[in-house]
Amino acid sequence: MQMRAKAVESAAPAGYDLPDATGHFGPYGGVFVAETLQAALAELREAYDACRRDPAFQAELADELAHYVGRPSPIYHARRLSQQIGGAQIYLKREDLNHTGAHKVNNTMGQALVARRMGKPRVIAETGAGQHGVATATVAARYGMECVVYMGTEDVKRQAQNVYRMKLLGATVVPVSSGSRTLKDALNEAMRDWVTNVANTFYIIGTVAGPHPYPMMVRDFNAVVGRECLEQMPALAGRQPDVILACVGGGSNAMGIFHPYITTPGVQLVGVEAGGLGLETGKHAATLSAGSPGVLHGNRTYLMQDADGQILETHSISAGLDYPGVGPEHAWLKDSGRASYVSVTDEEALAAFHTLCRTEGIIPALESSHAVAHAMKLARTLPRERILLVNLSGRGDKDMHTVAQASGITF
Amino acid sequence: MSRIAEAFARLRAERRAALVPFVTAGDPSPGHTVAMLRALVAGGADVIELGVPFSDPMADGPTIQRSSERALRAGMGLAGVLDAVSAFRREDSRTPVVLMGYANPIERMGAAAFASRAAQAGVDGVLVVDYPPEESGDWASVLAAAGIDPIFLLSPTSSEARIELVSRLASGYIYYVSLKGVTGAAHIDAADVERMLGRIRARTDVPVGVGFGIRDPQTARAIARFADAVVIGSRIVEEIERADPAQAADRAGALLAQFRAGIDAAAGDRAAA
Repeated sequence: MQMRAKAVESAAPAGYDLPDATGHFGPYGGVFVAETLQAALAELREAYDACRRDPAFQAELADELAHYVGRPSPIYHARRLSQQIGGAQIYLKREDLNHTGAHKVNNTMGQALVARRMGKPRVIAETGAGQHGVATATVAARYGMECVVYMGTEDVKRQAQNVYRMKLLGATVVPVSSGSRTLKDALNEAMRDWVTNVANTFYIIGTVAGPHPYPMMVRDFNAVVGRECLEQMPALAGRQPDVILACVGGGSNAMGIFHPYITTPGVQLVGVEAGGLGLETGKHAATLSAGSPGVLHGNRTYLMQDADGQILETHSISAGLDYPGVGPEHAWLKDSGRASYVSVTDEEALAAFHTLCRTEGIIPALESSHAVAHAMKLARTLPRERILLVNLSGRGDKDMHTVAQASGITF
Repeated sequence: MSRIAEAFARLRAERRAALVPFVTAGDPSPGHTVAMLRALVAGGADVIELGVPFSDPMADGPTIQRSSERALRAGMGLAGVLDAVSAFRREDSRTPVVLMGYANPIERMGAAAFASRAAQAGVDGVLVVDYPPEESGDWASVLAAAGIDPIFLLSPTSSEARIELVSRLASGYIYYVSLKGVTGAAHIDAADVERMLGRIRARTDVPVGVGFGIRDPQTARAIARFADAVVIGSRIVEEIERADPAQAADRAGALLAQFRAGIDAAAGDRAAA
């Protein structure tokens, strides 16, 4: 099938135009930041708005996505997996085949081009699993920008290989030892850097959270995934899928595949959160399933919090889902009923990881394994002619250490 | 007249800037908080900014973040902060107390419930770092209805439109963040600050306090020549961090007295000018 990579262009599907002009998705989203960041965000909103409407920007992004990232990514019908389950057909959107091995580069490429238009020579990022850090370091190298990545010391330990990858790409990795020493603390630290160095620095946020315009901008850059699916599915399967599944930490890969389908009737959207050791244990990161609304990191959304409004530490085997908030658009999709959110435990995600390796020769990221696990559960309950489309958001090479450790193997 | 307005009226008559220390409630422990407030008054505080600890203090530097972590570890929360203010009010009905913190603990309690409990406790003003005027909705009016002054921030990068917006909503005082960056960052340029205060005062009669980067009595003196209030935060919190918990309040008070001397000297500079 011939298809050209498409950039942001008309981001909104007909009949759905959130966020509003001030960045709200119903009661969620917004710009909950200190005065010191207001001017920087206003400058970014203006710059991004100009990029969005500029055909030259769109053409440059489309060209980079096609020739550098390797888009469009294929959709693969996982026949052996489907057969083994004996229920609905499972299709995989292969974001793991992108350059750098995950969907994250769709967004970092877009933001790097915005940064260039704004004349900012330095980019910073926060990272959990390291995938967003690697994707940021990659585009920074591609454009000769200085790059600083903030990463919790806990994550530096469990993702040592990605730390080295970022260094190879010329980035400086700054370990963050405050708070819970994970993604949320890296985000706090990156915000502090930005507020201090805003004149020459562009903050590349890696998920659909943060203050407006980030949730919208990161979604727009990832929505290329869903737009491709809209074209690919009829050619491949004769129709659109019945259910689309994606893992949700902050929620960028899910928002990317969901957004173009929001107004497509008959397509269920299911977000799969990290159930960790089980929701009943409290050791999980299933924010939408078990959290409550509040304000963190510049937006109003669902949060994992205690009775005093303090943010809780989360747990997931997958560092990329280990975040106590979630993108505000997901909060809105949940409340409005357009999408539903479920959770999958560490154990279930690991089992799905191994199954996909053995049945299809595809090693998925532990994050994506959560979506695969729920798709397998759901497929069992459905007839063979039903179609499930899973966003296989990343590849699992980075997780060798974690998976081996979970299996009692040391290298 | 609110306690904050009374304090600034009194200071205007004395031609002196207000000395406003910031400490985090519950640092080093909840049991020390009332003694800390008392010591700050003894050290010359005119208004006290009392930090409500939060797990993710994004706009603060490492010093105040650590103080927040100490307070949380010691069991302090928003309800405990209000209890501490109540206890302080039983012995001091004159010194205004302004709570400063982040939105989420207040969201969790509920804005209306918070406002009424804070008013009952004797809180005079509230500054929520991540409630900018656009997102505050009726926040300012909820506070005003409870007799509490909503305090807002302005910064070196604030546009004229934002200065106007804040001027319309603010009462008590406006907190001018004198640096691009987080709390506890480098020294400030007094001339830059004075220029910006001119822009703010062109739009409002609400007093303007200056904070971020005032780390020694000399800088406090320089700022106090033109500002209505001088906020000392990270430097005092550092002193508390270094001190044995039993002596933290006394050391904070003693340090504050040095800043007070700088501010009193500025009053002399103003009179001479």
